[in-house]
Amino acid sequence: MTTPVPGRRLPGSASSTPVDTPPPDVPALLLRGVVKRFGTLTAVDGLDLEVPQGVVLGLLGPNGAGKSTTMKMLTAQSLADEGEIRILGHPIPAESKWARARMGVVPQHDNLDEELTVEQNLRMFSFLYRVPRARRKEAVARAMRLAQLGDRGDTLVDDLSGGMRRRLLIVRALLHRPELVLMDEPTVGLDPQVRQDLWGVISALRDEGVTVLMSTHYIEEAERLSDEVALMAKGAVVERGTPADLVAKYAGSTVEEYTPGDEGADVLERRVREHGFTTRRTGVTLSVLRAEELPDSLRDRLGTPHRRASTLEDVFVTLTGESVE
Amino acid sequence: MSIQHDRARDDARPEVHARPGRIEADAVIGVVAREWILYGQSWRATTFAAVVEPTLYLLCFGFGMGALIGTLAGFSYIDFLGTGIVAVSVMFQSMMPAVINTFIKRRFLHTYEGILAAPVDVRELVTGEALWLAMRSGVYGCVPLLVAVGFGLRPGPGMLLVPFIAFLAGFAFALFGIWISAVITSVRSMDYVFSGLFTPLFLVAGTFFPLTELPAWVQNAAMANPLYHAVELIRGSVFGGLGAGAALLHVGVLLGFIVLMWFLAGFQMRRRVVG
Repeated sequence: MTTPVPGRRLPGSASSTPVDTPPPDVPALLLRGVVKRFGTLTAVDGLDLEVPQGVVLGLLGPNGAGKSTTMKMLTAQSLADEGEIRILGHPIPAESKWARARMGVVPQHDNLDEELTVEQNLRMFSFLYRVPRARRKEAVARAMRLAQLGDRGDTLVDDLSGGMRRRLLIVRALLHRPELVLMDEPTVGLDPQVRQDLWGVISALRDEGVTVLMSTHYIEEAERLSDEVALMAKGAVVERGTPADLVAKYAGSTVEEYTPGDEGADVLERRVREHGFTTRRTGVTLSVLRAEELPDSLRDRLGTPHRRASTLEDVFVTLTGESVE
Repeated sequence: MSIQHDRARDDARPEVHARPGRIEADAVIGVVAREWILYGQSWRATTFAAVVEPTLYLLCFGFGMGALIGTLAGFSYIDFLGTGIVAVSVMFQSMMPAVINTFIKRRFLHTYEGILAAPVDVRELVTGEALWLAMRSGVYGCVPLLVAVGFGLRPGPGMLLVPFIAFLAGFAFALFGIWISAVITSVRSMDYVFSGLFTPLFLVAGTFFPLTELPAWVQNAAMANPLYHAVELIRGSVFGGLGAGAALLHVGVLLGFIVLMWFLAGFQMRRRVVG
């Protein structure tokens, strides 16, 4: 038996009106103690995550962190072994179909129909997303405009560039004006120019008040697009906050990079850590976080630093011990 | 890329009517509509295969074998074969794409990942896919009949029932094929399916020769072959002479097979696409 959520129809209601927008205090996404195992491997391990409506949350983590499994559980294409999942108030998987009617999903794998045109691909999904008949044509035209493919309606998907295909994949998920958009590694494998082009649409979604959960392993992407970032490692969220707050909390304002001399990196690292500072290895160099607080007496013994601003990557590596791009 | 801010979202938002777990017509229609749009690209090739294959069968077997056989079970051989080919054509038009296309869409194209991210459940997906193939079979199943008429089969009012029988049998075979596609784990497994399942199904169904000439155990086994029941229904409709009891029995077997396969296909497909 499911708990009725104010603002939506009850199961079995004869009404055919669209599902109402939930009250603002209902989180767009709620995961509590979610566990997913594959045999002996625990892919998601007690995941707690709450995303308020209207927030763009970047789920940042390396490959194997459990991001894609989490995304699949949100669309009920993977079922949690333990825990509770709610989307816009709908319990998952019991009311998954209702939730899916109100959210758009941009998959990691390009599953466009290559033998069909841009317009046909969108029209096909306007049926699957049950866009009302009177709105179908307009929804497809709008999506093509958004994807900057307005003049490419008759072009076969097979003839589109990688960037165009990605844009099409994203706007396909927006045909039914979803309140929540899940993006699983939306820019993976794309060149930087195309990636930046796609960031525009994600920013625009945020401006429109759409809730976005975007998994990524690109630090810059998470930093630039997200209101908040959840750092994920080994199936759980290890820290969460705005990119600026996380950087300030864990890495300060400045990082100094030192190239170890004859004494070696281990000695240098031990010396810095004895003073309570956090370090990370970056290739042959040793990075010292929160370097603005380094006492001059210690700095003089470390050598000549290369100074740079602290980044989310410094935070991520510090917290998870793993690297991302 | 930029998004125009507007408040028309409610008008475009989909409607989900049913209690969770129930089959919704809108979802099934969505899946069928998707196939219809795809068909717009592939209808020429599909139609070519649907016309050429039975024509060749009728030409080679009808005239080649027919010249040697003359009459069989009271029918001219080309009449006997023509009606049998209708059922075989239905099986090939529904079961083959159900096995091959469904497997490819699930395993390689990630098509179902996309569909199931929309408000569509696995049973609705399976039902929609099978329904489309059944509708296609209902239409293309008539092609061999028309070809057979061209070869001398006498037209009759009973032929009007053939599209409906073809639809029913097509639905059964499509569900059967979808179930198989969800059972197999690799393309190589299809060899077992085609050689070990397709061939006996279409050979032991009274298509090319009456079952009465076969050993008793084979005749008994053929009773479980849905193609046999489809052949009997089609032949009975075209030539008459099929009693109401026998017709009900054949329809009942096909319906029972549909129910069984609908559950099996939905169950197995769910196991494959929902982790």
